[in-house]
Amino acid sequence: MNGKQKAHIEFTLNGERAEVAFAPHKTLLEVLREDLSLTGTKHGCELGECGTCAVLLDGRSVLSCLVLGLDAEGRSVQTVEGLADAAGLHPLQETFADTGAAQCGYCTPGFLLVAKELLAHNDNPSREEIKEALSGNLCRCTGYIKIYEAVELAAARMRGEEMELPREAVYGLE
Amino acid sequence: MRLPKFAYLAPRTVADAVKMMGDAGWEGQFVAGGTDLYPNMKRRQQTPKTVISVARLAELNEISGDGKSGVRVGAGVSLTDLIEHPVIVRDYPSVAAAARTISTPVLRNMGTVGGNLLLDTRCNYYDQNYEWRRGINFCLKKDGDVCWVAPGSQKCWAVQSADLVPLMVAIGARVRLVSTLGERVIDAAALYRDDGINYLHKRHDELLADVQLPALNGWRATYKKLRRRGAFDFPVLGVAVRLDVERGGAVRAAKVILGGIAPAPVEVPDAEAALVGGSLDDERMRRAAEACYVKARPLDNTDFVMNWRKQMTKPYVLRALEELR
Repeated sequence: MNGKQKAHIEFTLNGERAEVAFAPHKTLLEVLREDLSLTGTKHGCELGECGTCAVLLDGRSVLSCLVLGLDAEGRSVQTVEGLADAAGLHPLQETFADTGAAQCGYCTPGFLLVAKELLAHNDNPSREEIKEALSGNLCRCTGYIKIYEAVELAAARMRGEEMELPREAVYGLE
Repeated sequence: MRLPKFAYLAPRTVADAVKMMGDAGWEGQFVAGGTDLYPNMKRRQQTPKTVISVARLAELNEISGDGKSGVRVGAGVSLTDLIEHPVIVRDYPSVAAAARTISTPVLRNMGTVGGNLLLDTRCNYYDQNYEWRRGINFCLKKDGDVCWVAPGSQKCWAVQSADLVPLMVAIGARVRLVSTLGERVIDAAALYRDDGINYLHKRHDELLADVQLPALNGWRATYKKLRRRGAFDFPVLGVAVRLDVERGGAVRAAKVILGGIAPAPVEVPDAEAALVGGSLDDERMRRAAEACYVKARPLDNTDFVMNWRKQMTKPYVLRALEELR
């Protein structure tokens, strides 16, 4: 394929069949945002350093700024737009809101998807396991603690357990 | 930053891939995970006309064998799959541990074993966007004619920065290279050359197909990494040590390889000599660490000041040896 023609791919996007045509040298991030108008996936460093463009490709987190749109052919892509379903928000979305894990919100879609991948493999991750899983996602507002708590709370709710947040998570240090 | 335009080819077999590279010539470039190449292309450090993806070649995605016979790891195996593979975890824990220090879980889902072994050399004057590099009139490694680290130098000093490299050299891994002319298997140590631009002995048309881990016959190894952030960073010093220890506890053979300080991994024969011939006592360890300190001559082209990186050689070598004691 040369650089002048448009590429055309068919793939599964947030559970639905999708097709799209785009300039063949575009990244998946650019295809999602510019050719499919799904702007939930954020454009950050563009070099694989910040994690805000993370999506799930066949269930595995990848940085969409470093994946070609062409590489999504025949595969399954999940973005933040596909997290909620008819029943409502995904538990991670709810707990990120409940704990204040999103401030400016720019990093949130990437965190949500990487956390979703973690919980798919490990329904009761330790704080250390959460830290490692999210180590490639940068947040410049919250300082991460509320994000870790949101993941722990979502994991507990998904296991069907009650969990109370530490008092300082809600009221701050008194 | 956007990728420049290029033709993208997705061969179905290794034979097709190397033929495509033969046809593309110097303007061709293999890609697997893309985590090294695509940032470089966005910054116009690499500008191939033809990109040949080997990411989905089943031939490159296998791990076979075990510690008794040695293990063959396909170059296209993702770092995540390497770390989680039961045979690697059981028989080659040093390999799994070193791979775990590479980048982040998300990037390890994408990046491959082969990509790490072939990682482009890095430098503060090179790993910058096009406008930044144009602002200093470029550098020797790409588009310029001066090495800003060592302005009198005819040589590029960009740094070997892949975590698997020192360990693979230390344990005596071998790599299989394939081209339209056939294939050859060479020591990992013979893959690297001390030149930041032409940092590989791999020919441009050769595809790294797999890395072969040696059988376990009593040796143990470890890798220690210095970096700024615990979460993720490239190494600014890497220490890999392999020891072959006799039943009585005497060290029969030793390999000590330093990474992150020069364009190629650096072997330290004086440290190896200091370790061999007796048990691993404090004095042998001290002499080995001292030899590494003398040998390490990092330049001022990575994170951290170079003198501190040199000083850190001693404690990092000691930590590696302590773990193997």
